[in-house]
Amino acid sequence: MSAEKKVAAYICKGCGLGDRLDTDALVNVAQKEGKVQLARSHDFLCSAEGIGLIKNDVASEGVTHIMIGACSRRAKTEAFYFPQNAVARANLREGVIWIRPDTEEARETTQEMAEDYIRMGCAEIKAMSAPAGNPNTGSSRALLVVGGGVSGMTAALEASRTGYPVVLVEKSGHLGGWAAKLWKRIPVHEPFKAPADTGVTDLVAQVQADPNIKVYLNATVAKTDGAPGRFEVQIATESGSVASEDIGAIIQATGAEPYDANKLPELGYGKSADVVDQAGLEALARAANGGPMLKPSNGRPVRSVAFVQCAGQRDASGQHLSYCSGYCCNASIKQAMYFKDNNPEIDTTILFTDLRTPGNGEDFYRSAQEKGVVFSKGKVASVSPAGDTLTVNFHDLILDDKEAKLEVDLVVLATGQVPNSGVNIEAQSKPQAEGQEEGGAAEVEAKPISILNLQYRQGPDVPQLKWGFTDSHFICFPYETRRTGIYTVGPVRRPMDLAQAREDATGATLKAIQAIENAHLGRAAHPRSGDLSFPKVRLEGCTQCKRCTVECPFGAIDEDEKRFPMFNESRCRRCGTCMGACPVRVISFENYSVDTVGSQIKAVDIPDEFSEKPRILILACENDAYPALDMAGMKHNEYSAFVRIIPVRCLGSVNTIWITDALNAGYDGVMLMGCKHGENYQCHFVKGSELGRYRLSKIDDTLKNLNLETDRVRDLEVAITDIEHVPAMINQYADRIVEMGMSPFKSF
Amino acid sequence: MSANAQMATKYKNSFLKEVEEQVEMGEWVKMCMQCGVCSGSCPTNFHPGWEHPPQEIFMMIRAGKREEVLTSPSMWMCTSCYNCIVRCPRKLPITHIMHGLANYAHRLGVAPKMQPTRHFAKLFWNNCVHTGRVNELKLSMGLYFKDGFSQGIKNGMAMKDVALGLLKAKRLNPFELFGGHKCKDQNGIHAMLKKARELEEKRKALKAAA
Ligand code: SF4
Ligand code: SF4
Ligand code: SF4
Repeated sequence: MSAEKKVAAYICKGCGLGDRLDTDALVNVAQKEGKVQLARSHDFLCSAEGIGLIKNDVASEGVTHIMIGACSRRAKTEAFYFPQNAVARANLREGVIWIRPDTEEARETTQEMAEDYIRMGCAEIKAMSAPAGNPNTGSSRALLVVGGGVSGMTAALEASRTGYPVVLVEKSGHLGGWAAKLWKRIPVHEPFKAPADTGVTDLVAQVQADPNIKVYLNATVAKTDGAPGRFEVQIATESGSVASEDIGAIIQATGAEPYDANKLPELGYGKSADVVDQAGLEALARAANGGPMLKPSNGRPVRSVAFVQCAGQRDASGQHLSYCSGYCCNASIKQAMYFKDNNPEIDTTILFTDLRTPGNGEDFYRSAQEKGVVFSKGKVASVSPAGDTLTVNFHDLILDDKEAKLEVDLVVLATGQVPNSGVNIEAQSKPQAEGQEEGGAAEVEAKPISILNLQYRQGPDVPQLKWGFTDSHFICFPYETRRTGIYTVGPVRRPMDLAQAREDATGATLKAIQAIENAHLGRAAHPRSGDLSFPKVRLEGCTQCKRCTVECPFGAIDEDEKRFPMFNESRCRRCGTCMGACPVRVISFENYSVDTVGSQIKAVDIPDEFSEKPRILILACENDAYPALDMAGMKHNEYSAFVRIIPVRCLGSVNTIWITDALNAGYDGVMLMGCKHGENYQCHFVKGSELGRYRLSKIDDTLKNLNLETDRVRDLEVAITDIEHVPAMINQYADRIVEMGMSPFKSF
Repeated sequence: MSANAQMATKYKNSFLKEVEEQVEMGEWVKMCMQCGVCSGSCPTNFHPGWEHPPQEIFMMIRAGKREEVLTSPSMWMCTSCYNCIVRCPRKLPITHIMHGLANYAHRLGVAPKMQPTRHFAKLFWNNCVHTGRVNELKLSMGLYFKDGFSQGIKNGMAMKDVALGLLKAKRLNPFELFGGHKCKDQNGIHAMLKKARELEEKRKALKAAA
């Protein structure tokens, strides 16, 4: 931006603003108090004429900074798009007239609210500059796929067909992964009645025939350095040679292993060769090649078989997997059909506690019943070898028969999936959060071998959520890990079957391509995709405390050789957590900083303590809380005129100085609105709201020092759907503030 | 060998198969997914005589509990309200299976002897096929005296006022006890029922032999 800064304020009179508010007074406030060089109002600012007016001022008046007092910053973004300029928005529509009653008594407080938002907008714009974009872009468009199973091959083919070169690294000597070991798969097409061909051979052939896909077999990723658009990856092959590849984005499709059935001796595994896991049964089926399946112990045909569902899964004792792998009921149904389709006389019994058949599994289940597979609701206690056969002892849950028994030739254990997710980088550093259930065996057993070998200060692999599955925003951005440009797909992310893995791989590939393109343009990936701002640090002021490096949820900050933070802009998601964390406040964005928010806080006119007009500052997360407030406005759900709301990128970006400043300036209360954190978090920046809340939990001391009630600061968990709830909570809090009385800091 | 023993031998340990082949609509039993909606919908489920609701009966069949199922009074408790059929997500014709099971147990001679609905069903049938019309007086008397003479008198006394009311309203003719009126073509009815029975016996014999 040029040194010549010229600020102009525009007040819209459309959408009823002109009727409800004294817009001339607002123009006056912008001029006199906001001290902008130019202030105008317009009847219909987002119209072509209104936009023309602004553009003309930019062109001929030299306006560089634009403050628009109209609708919410979330509305009319295309009309009010001035990429060359810094733009601030004062929310007079959703934030003022739509949430206030149109009555004579309310007129005064409504006008005061609007005037404050103009003051705030003018203060904010002066602290901003137009973001210039991250100069540190990359140029590689190649996609690295780690893992040559169905997920990995699907991702590779999808990317290649979209025109992106692919490097595929597979640890073993052949492609196909677990799916290549299956006899048949669960059907994915109408009429969902019989096991289908896995399609793996075809998939492998397609990958091999694709000139755009470079395959490394017997290879692992020895080193990953850099950032999206410019990853430098070293691939070590078994022969000892090391290849270097320039990579734009990474897909980790490292899959899962079956849970080790050796941990289930009570179910007969290891005691009899005729007890197998699902993988073992696939091997038997492949050996039988459509003929009768033979007992591993004596080679005689199997006449009866029992399937034990949830073997070592959904275990409440903490010994085994505590989760449901989701695919194994369908897999057992499929395997039972292997027998029935070969010979309907073979007795096949599936012992389940809850039969879960996602997808079109219900049709598949019905088909198995038609074929005569017997389903019994029962919990298996033990399997004991009895001469030539096996006795399955179970508790029949329908007939409540604790001594129920089944005599069979073969037992199949449905043991579920354990992810291959590499090193759990948070295992040592982070003790388990309160209330989090014990992770069970899978978590305790840290897998020591890294998959990506990231040269990140934060550790060599992507962070995990639970039970070894990699972390991703489950609700909104299922493929995004906490490492920008790195996507995990397939059962490494959550337990799943082939159909789901293929879908997962397709989706994640698209996200990876977006990441590559964004990295090229120096823009942020989700959820602020397209954002050109990035954190800048004033190193002279940095005390090397490392708060930013530790707290950045995305591993974007390394340390340089002098131990100063080194930002990797392309890894950054622009959440501002580093900015909130920095105790000396040297981190800022061009359009979002301690100053842009701080100056808004200070710009609000605080009435004296006898006015009976308290002021409540609300710092609202822009991803959930702020949209919820806007929607409350659209529905005309009224709330108190005492609040002044400032959107923040994330609760994690809230610097405690804002709160201390607000309290010192005489605000009577501060409300923080952020997303749910913890295990079922909804924070768009994953850890942002958690880190922010942790930081803010220390505010009580500050309040004590100031001799203020702890209720002067309130933290509220808000979801985007809380359209009715949030206004109610605001009003409750306003009442509470009135009850508490005015802040004693007004007169200072 | 009794009919029951014959069947038991024939199907050895597969009661499910026996039901599928011998019981009307029995081939549906395997399709039950044990959701329990039928049991939850059944009005007689609140009756103490209902030892096994449909879901359980179906599970017992699969678990091979032949004796327990066939001798159970449960199937005889079904009121044919059709609640279960309407609600079963798997579209099992539950009501019909219930009656099919009852009928099968009856044919094998293992149904509970003095179970009231079974007793009533027999009374009704014999009463109705005799003249081609139901003789209501004889039918109710038969039911009153099901558990012996003195209990019969007691039941009769308990219903005395109703009977007098019916008499007054000319809805009850005491002379019906002696003969009563008949339908026009009694012989025709008998011939028709005989033919129907023949057909039924033939079908069942074929099934049993299969
Ligand atoms: S904390 Fe957020 S804004 Fe700061 S570097 Fe990390 S991702 Fe970027
Ligand atoms: S409602 Fe149907 S499927 Fe459910 S338990 Fe009853 S018979 Fe079975
Ligand atoms: S039809 Fe029979 S079994 Fe079904 S709900 Fe009614 S009484 Fe119960």
